Amino acid sequence: MKLDAKIPAGPITDKWTKYRSTVRLVSPANKRKLDIIVVGTGLAGASAAASLAELGYKVKAFCFQDSPRRAHSIAAQGGINAAKNYQNDGDSTYRLFYDTVKGGDYRAREANVYRLAEVSASIIDQCVAQGVPFARDYGGLLDNRSFGGTQVSRTFYARGQTGQQLLLGAYSALNRQVEKGQVEMFTRHEMVEVVMIDGKARGIIARNLITGELERHSAHAVVIASGGYGNVFYLSTNAMGSNVTAAWKAHKQGAFFGNPCFTQIHPTCLPQSGEYQSKLTLMSESLRNDGRVWVPLHKADAEAIQQGKKVAADLPEEARDYFLERKYPAFGNLVPRDVASRAAKDVCDEGRGVAPTGLAVFLDFRDAINRMGQDVISARYGNLFEMYEKITGDNPYKTPMKIYPAVHYTMGGLWVDYNLMTNVPGLYAIGEANFSDHGANRLGASALMQGLADGYFVLPYTIGDYLADEIGTGQINVNHEAFVAAEKAVADRYNKFMSIGGKQSPESFHRRLGKIMWEYCGMARSEEGLTKAISLIQDLRKEFWSDLRLSGSIGEFNPELDKAMRVADFIELGELMVRDALSRNESCGGHFRLESQTEEGEAKRDDENYAFVSAWEWQGENAEPVLHKENLEFDVVKLTQRSYK
Amino acid sequence: MSKESLNLTLKVWRQKGSKDKGKFETYKLKDVSTHASFLEMMDVLNESLISEQKEPVAFDHDCREGICGMCSMYINGRAHGPQRGTTTCQLHMRHFEDGETITIEPWRAAPFPVLKDLVVDRSAFDKIQQAGGYVSVNTGNAPDGNAVPIPKENADEAFNAAACIGCGACVAACKNASAMLFVSAKVSQYALLPQGQPERKERVGKMVAKMDELGFGNCTNTGACEAECPKGISITNIARLNREYLGAMLGPGN
Repeated sequence: MKLDAKIPAGPITDKWTKYRSTVRLVSPANKRKLDIIVVGTGLAGASAAASLAELGYKVKAFCFQDSPRRAHSIAAQGGINAAKNYQNDGDSTYRLFYDTVKGGDYRAREANVYRLAEVSASIIDQCVAQGVPFARDYGGLLDNRSFGGTQVSRTFYARGQTGQQLLLGAYSALNRQVEKGQVEMFTRHEMVEVVMIDGKARGIIARNLITGELERHSAHAVVIASGGYGNVFYLSTNAMGSNVTAAWKAHKQGAFFGNPCFTQIHPTCLPQSGEYQSKLTLMSESLRNDGRVWVPLHKADAEAIQQGKKVAADLPEEARDYFLERKYPAFGNLVPRDVASRAAKDVCDEGRGVAPTGLAVFLDFRDAINRMGQDVISARYGNLFEMYEKITGDNPYKTPMKIYPAVHYTMGGLWVDYNLMTNVPGLYAIGEANFSDHGANRLGASALMQGLADGYFVLPYTIGDYLADEIGTGQINVNHEAFVAAEKAVADRYNKFMSIGGKQSPESFHRRLGKIMWEYCGMARSEEGLTKAISLIQDLRKEFWSDLRLSGSIGEFNPELDKAMRVADFIELGELMVRDALSRNESCGGHFRLESQTEEGEAKRDDENYAFVSAWEWQGENAEPVLHKENLEFDVVKLTQRSYK
Repeated sequence: MSKESLNLTLKVWRQKGSKDKGKFETYKLKDVSTHASFLEMMDVLNESLISEQKEPVAFDHDCREGICGMCSMYINGRAHGPQRGTTTCQLHMRHFEDGETITIEPWRAAPFPVLKDLVVDRSAFDKIQQAGGYVSVNTGNAPDGNAVPIPKENADEAFNAAACIGCGACVAACKNASAMLFVSAKVSQYALLPQGQPERKERVGKMVAKMDELGFGNCTNTGACEAECPKGISITNIARLNREYLGAMLGPGN
């Protein structure tokens, strides 16, 4: 099967403009007759639901949290990129496009990325108009900062809570449509199946998490905006509830899964402190602007620190190894996330890590405080230092922070074409849930941009192209046999969970899955490890289905049962990720194969053999998935090997 | 060096459903790491309950980094526990003593009915926001982001109000179950920004009416809301809300 990305013809600068001017439209009278389901209410989902409702479509929005405002976009700290060039420092649509393609290590689709850069400026305008309190300078105009090592200041921010403020903006737009009756909001609902009729997505089965009841909801299009799947690693910076279930159900109904193994490991997170740990907290990347990353030069010193016999201050300058500055003199502490993460792993693997676990490196502000004074550092990072102290009990003004990489974002996701539609007609995926515009690695402050671009400015246009053919369909009956069968299949699955009667909790399986994923499909991957991981995951899956223990019953508020469904899906996804990583014998972006590195140990990309998107097709529970390839063509950007030396 | 682990007695509110009667159950928990967060301590409790074939304690939680506003525990008589400016998820066990008895309850307020154990229904907050907590601007309608300069101090103050995470601690802490701090934060954010001006009067009227309709109580200026707010939302916002409301009711129309 040939994958058609449906990229419009013409020069890259004209594609989107021409598309928008010629795409088919649905008249206002017909929009009223069309239902759209949006699953997830983060930046992508809330902005899409609100914008589609404004256009006149009837929208049903779903979230598993108790309020749409709690979606995990809310936790994004750093900022949002936009090619406004307010700082007059040479930014442009082209430059943002170029940086994103390069940063993604040339594994993204040029046309999509260019469109993203094009609409980025409108996002800022829209958010400002909603009353989002962005940071401003003393003249009252919007402030920008440089972020993640870019050479221009294009990042808009709202202190360290940019995601929160943008989400509350989208949430307010959503609320306005709820009040108008254009959006029907379903909180504490989890999508547990996509319903297909005659090869088209026609609705969903959702579980009411309070009553446990299964509900049928029909629509002329279904939009998956359920976020990323970093929690497959158990420990990640994701919220506890973030899960792959909606996307995975879509995958099992025929939607291809794109580049599942592309995972972003963020270098500046708080290290794990014990087995009870439930999540890892991100410390904003901006800390690397002033903090210096180091470990002891000698293993003996590191061991003394691990055992609590020495502290950082005991080590003189010559006993410290500022390894990022040493290895990458041009970029130093500001190398991209994947490079910084791997370097930290390497020094810890050498036994030079610093926490009791040996899995941490120092992020030291001593020199910055000496140079600029504590007041300046406090003004820049005060809230982050406070948060660090709250969690660890250490004061980072006095003693260096300890950090370690953690899973943060998944570039992979449901494969979509230029219209953001999966290969299943009527089924769309937006935001982090799609395989996205970030290629093999996402730049800082670009996740918020993509979520809002998809929701506010792309999907509302592209969905009309499909719905134009649906104006005569009429209301879709939820008593159609396909709905009945889908509901029964879901009910059977829940019954199966409850009937196992084993000994282990869903949580314990999740934790074990996470360990396998982190060990073999984390920062460094090899054929040997990945092959082993496949059988480990398959064994875990068998054990899950024979030894799961649940309490309570199906027809009630039962978070353990909800978790069982999520963990079952994560286990299946985990195997696919490992297969994807195994099939891609090159290093690119966040994907590092030990077999594909330069003599100096840096990532070696293989454009000749792997310049494609891997799109996986589900074949059934006990069959191997089939790989489809979408070849990536680079007409505008010239492929080069990244170097930060 | 302080103790690395604690032995605790937990008195936890258990309630099957919104219509059932609840009661406290007592659990002993041993060797709780002082580095664990309060919710991780609850995870450990639940794992042990599951292993004893008992039903785990239901509680709301999600981001576990103090920003989503989902966690909501009333700990030893205080919303989000003893540490100021901290959500339950960021409260760590090093703030408790070995041998301590900890009482854990849900938010208690008539507009927040208990759904199960420590989980309450806060959809009333969404309803208040739906009544008017927005600027009416359709996607695509916006002028350039820098078309209207906003004095930095106004923008900063609007941000301070907008930092509300909607957790409901203010309502839980208030003896009248008043939602004034929550409502005032949103009203203030928009009142301080030029984008909020066209609907300024209509907004405050609608949000206050909805708040009253949903059964939240009156403000009697005890300041408990501000003291327990994990995000430090200032009570001066309530003063602004009162001014805005009076101005809207008494003054000429929009």
